[in-house]
Amino acid sequence: MAYSNKVIDHYENPRNVGSFDKDDASVATGMVGAPACGDVMKLQIKVSADGIIEDAKFKTYGCGSAIASSSLVTEWVKGKSLDEAQQIKNTDIAQELALPPVKIHCSILAEDAIKAAIADYKQKHGG
Amino acid sequence: MNYFQLFNLPAKFDLDLTELGSRYLKLQKQFHPDQHSSGSERDKLLAVQHTANINDAYHSLKQPLLRAEHLLALRGLKISHEQRSFTDPLFLMQQMELREQLAEIDQSDDPDSVIDSIDEQLQQQKKVLQHQLADALDAETAEQDQLAADLIRKLKFFYKLQQELELIEQQLQD
Repeated sequence: MAYSNKVIDHYENPRNVGSFDKDDASVATGMVGAPACGDVMKLQIKVSADGIIEDAKFKTYGCGSAIASSSLVTEWVKGKSLDEAQQIKNTDIAQELALPPVKIHCSILAEDAIKAAIADYKQKHGG
Repeated sequence: MNYFQLFNLPAKFDLDLTELGSRYLKLQKQFHPDQHSSGSERDKLLAVQHTANINDAYHSLKQPLLRAEHLLALRGLKISHEQRSFTDPLFLMQQMELREQLAEIDQSDDPDSVIDSIDEQLQQQKKVLQHQLADALDAETAEQDQLAADLIRKLKFFYKLQQELELIEQQLQD
């Protein structure tokens, strides 16, 4: 399959790969997986006291499109409020990376990962 | 289409694979397009169509996960084309750790023994999940069917890990 240049760029130079200490109170973690292809994605956000995402990291085991989708999302969420980050849609990710229809589920995975991380943060901080 | 009915076998997860194999061969022979070469165009087309169905049915029943998916589909729970993300954090954490172990194999002094030990782990986990899946499917309740669907999703991750491990093993040999 032919990957778009943007996918290849994120795949070869993934941004923000790694982990934060999950026990840090300002850190929240989203874990999601896609049974159909066995991809596993971890997306972490570091949130400031006033609710702004200061930093984000990811670790993804999966195809190029899954890695590119999570890499892109970590770039997008930095500097955003939790509510703004919540608005990220998989269609925006798919469009930005020019994902073909068979790879749309990778962008869904990335959207679900950031939503899971936000949910984890809200749960950690009581609502 | 009910694949179990096609082979006249009970719709159960625990399936006699030898019996399935022999019924498959019999049906395939019976409907082979060559047998219908003297028939009308319509008969020939139907025979081709039927042969394709028989092949699909056989391959779906032979493979445990596809068989389980077909059973659930017959009960009205279709999961084979779902695009929903799996979100069980503990399970995914464990998957992540296994993936990390796979990624570190090539840095090991004795990669073969690491591969063997991971392989043993995967087989063991698969066995447990498959056992639970068989029990859940046997119960034939809506609640247990949902559990079965989740077990199928989990097993898919393990099948993928197994594939990845085999790939690494091949690369090390080359």
